Amino acid sequence: MAMNVIYVLWLRQLKRFVRARSRIVASVGQPLLYLLALGYGLGPVFQKAGMGSYLQFIAPGVIAMTVLFTSIFSGIELIWDRQFGFLKETLVAPVPRLWIMVGRTFGGATVAVLQGIVLLAIGLAAGFRVHDTLSLPLALLFMALIALMFTALGTAIASVLSDFQGFQFVMNLLVMPLFFLSGAIFPLSNLPKALTILTSLDPLSYGVDGLRYSLIGAAHFGLTTDLAVLSIGAALLLFLASSLFSRIQL
Amino acid sequence: MHNKADMIKVEHLTKTFGQFVAVSDISFEIKQGEIAAFLGPNGAGKTTTIKMLTTLLRPTSGKVELDGLNPERQPGEVRKRFGIVFQDPSLDDELTAQENMEIHAALYHIPRRDCAVRIEKLLKLFELWDRRKEPAKRFSGGMRRRLEIARALLHSPRVLFLDEPTLGLDPQTRNQLWNQVRKLNEEEGVTVFLTTHYMEEAERVAHRVCIIDHGRIIAEGSPNELKQQTGSQTLEQAFLALTGSSIRQEEASSVEQMRNFARAWRRR
Repeated sequence: MAMNVIYVLWLRQLKRFVRARSRIVASVGQPLLYLLALGYGLGPVFQKAGMGSYLQFIAPGVIAMTVLFTSIFSGIELIWDRQFGFLKETLVAPVPRLWIMVGRTFGGATVAVLQGIVLLAIGLAAGFRVHDTLSLPLALLFMALIALMFTALGTAIASVLSDFQGFQFVMNLLVMPLFFLSGAIFPLSNLPKALTILTSLDPLSYGVDGLRYSLIGAAHFGLTTDLAVLSIGAALLLFLASSLFSRIQL
Repeated sequence: MHNKADMIKVEHLTKTFGQFVAVSDISFEIKQGEIAAFLGPNGAGKTTTIKMLTTLLRPTSGKVELDGLNPERQPGEVRKRFGIVFQDPSLDDELTAQENMEIHAALYHIPRRDCAVRIEKLLKLFELWDRRKEPAKRFSGGMRRRLEIARALLHSPRVLFLDEPTLGLDPQTRNQLWNQVRKLNEEEGVTVFLTTHYMEEAERVAHRVCIIDHGRIIAEGSPNELKQQTGSQTLEQAFLALTGSSIRQEEASSVEQMRNFARAWRRR
């Protein structure tokens, strides 16, 4: 019974994703700009510094960014959804809140991974090359961990926000720093001390690093650290999200 | 009617939010099979009462029973027994009418074989069967409302809550909607608890009316009794005689702001 309810709610979000094609195109726009404008624009400088191809370097970062944004938004959507959307329908149903949260979060995370795959495909078309196709499943695993972690974070935040006024705050003080301090657009080695500390505190750094390891075979923290930090982070945030979600009052 | 059991029983129910008293020591019963209307100005406590009856809010004090069960202590059992149509929309717009119904069936654990028959019956009754494969976003306001009511009835609830279901609908649609609700009440014996701002609707549909103001029930009885009590021709006059004609100041809460935004957005 639990599985059926979770499955139905998960499937619902996939159907929404597939049907709202305009939304897919819109959400690909920004990462695409990073990938192409930065990838090709900073390419020559990066090359001259002896760091190789910037497109190769930034593509995993941009995939991580897409997954981050899509996940956080699907969590934050909750604010809208509980007043004007389908969420109320689920909250009065005779099923535990936990199932609803799990179905919703996994649905949102799956959609974020699909967005990440769309970006990967675009990257490949734009000249990005994967070092080893056999490590693609590992890349998917990292996308899934990033997606779960940040969908849960978005859900946790949305469970305590009552309106959209806090939303801008969340974007500026949380999502943008998470992205810029993650090493998505610059290498993490030889940074000033303060930046080294900040980047190693950003959980997304480990997601970007894991993706870079699986896609281009280069890592800063290493595979084990990446997997450990992301798994623990995702588990903690899922726990936090479920406890805050179960306390939502309409 | 007095040989029928109480479907909803409320005793000395109070809900406060900090200093603000939303519902103040109200008591009432609704019998099985009755259509009861809660009428009151904005902010009178109608929606808060519904939320306490439907497990969404905990009462500050007092006793609530729905079909003999306590919503606070047996939320799961209580939830199986009621269907609700909220003031604000709650459909998934990207999904079709049929899919919205099917998700509801899964959430309420309705067996597959019963479910198809019941969905067909309800979609036909609410005149949505021909358009069951269209996404809800293409439906008019009235069709959405009908779909929400059909969905709320899918698990054969014993009580149906309708919180201002006709807000923003044209007179024809409102008329049709109430006819369908009345038909269901007669055919399936479902108890209906509704709130509305349109007095003539309550007068036509409801067996019993409670007028609530400032969190208190100030009058109750059949529409005719209320008219007699106040010596009025219509329920609207009775309502104004009881609640006064001053306009209520409602603070623009964050929900209200979002609602305005949603309205503006939909109008585009």
